Amino acid sequence: MTPPMMCVTRSDSPATDMLQRLLTSALIAGAAAGLIAALLQLVFVQPVLLHAELYEGGERTHFAAASDHHHGEEPAPEAVEPQTAPTTEPAAEAGHDHGPEAAHDHGEAAEIPGIGFDAGRDGLSILFSIMVYAGYGLLLVAAMALSENNGNRVTARQGLLWGIAGFVAVQMAPAFGLSPELPGMAAADVNARAIWWVATVIATGIGLWLIAFGKNWAVWAAAILLILAPHIVGAPHPHEFTGPTPPELAAQFAGRAIGVGLAVWTLLGLFAAALWSRGREA
Amino acid sequence: MSTIARSGEKADVKLANILVVALLGAALIFVAGLAQSETLHDAAHDVRHAVGFPCH
Repeated sequence: MTPPMMCVTRSDSPATDMLQRLLTSALIAGAAAGLIAALLQLVFVQPVLLHAELYEGGERTHFAAASDHHHGEEPAPEAVEPQTAPTTEPAAEAGHDHGPEAAHDHGEAAEIPGIGFDAGRDGLSILFSIMVYAGYGLLLVAAMALSENNGNRVTARQGLLWGIAGFVAVQMAPAFGLSPELPGMAAADVNARAIWWVATVIATGIGLWLIAFGKNWAVWAAAILLILAPHIVGAPHPHEFTGPTPPELAAQFAGRAIGVGLAVWTLLGLFAAALWSRGREA
Repeated sequence: MSTIARSGEKADVKLANILVVALLGAALIFVAGLAQSETLHDAAHDVRHAVGFPCH
């Protein structure tokens, strides 16, 4: 691994300095990105999540709420009588259970959550958001350093691309198989999903690396196969979708989670590359 | 990969250092995002959902 030809003079700067440079640029970039992620999530994602929890906990029920909403405006006959929707088991169940309670719920507990701050719960979210993006920052800077060992030069501008690639690897590609989950959504066994998630992230990450740094068609073809493979195998899904959450909320949640992810990852790439390349000049 | 053909342009970050940083990052993500401990799950719940980890 280390032939005698290697420039010994260069290792004057101790390895610990290099480790420190790697760690500080990754952790500062990650903490900043994590903080921004937490803020964006509190404003755009958390209200949707809290809204969904009302359905998960049964404070709101999908079809009962729909019938309440349409009450004054339009007759919506099929919504008023939930039993006439035989394709949706949860609605039939819910209509059954909550028949007398639905009206009562609507009066007190059915407020749609807005933007708020729950010191305990959201404080933890900020902390864990910083932790997650610090972790992503470390992986990103490690990859940047590895590419520089191979002759690539990472600039702040290039960092934007690194960030977008990271977003594709850890958020977009997994979401292609397992859309961001809203509380209450029906899903397959969590371990099976976690394994698929990790495998997809690794395959996509390696695939993107090969596309970026590969030099011939064989490598690019292998890269495309790697990126496709998890989706051809397919993510684990339940046999039936019986979650109590309305699809409208789930769709909004998925769109927002992915959108926030793209914004934050682009910034993470920019911050990480800017800090990392600044350290190089110093 | 060969380290003999180093040109002046190539950086010289020790592979061991890169590995340490990458492992640390993976560990952080595992703890915050994937570990199934009850306490961790409850504390990280909203972030796990928002970032798209498999949660429940």
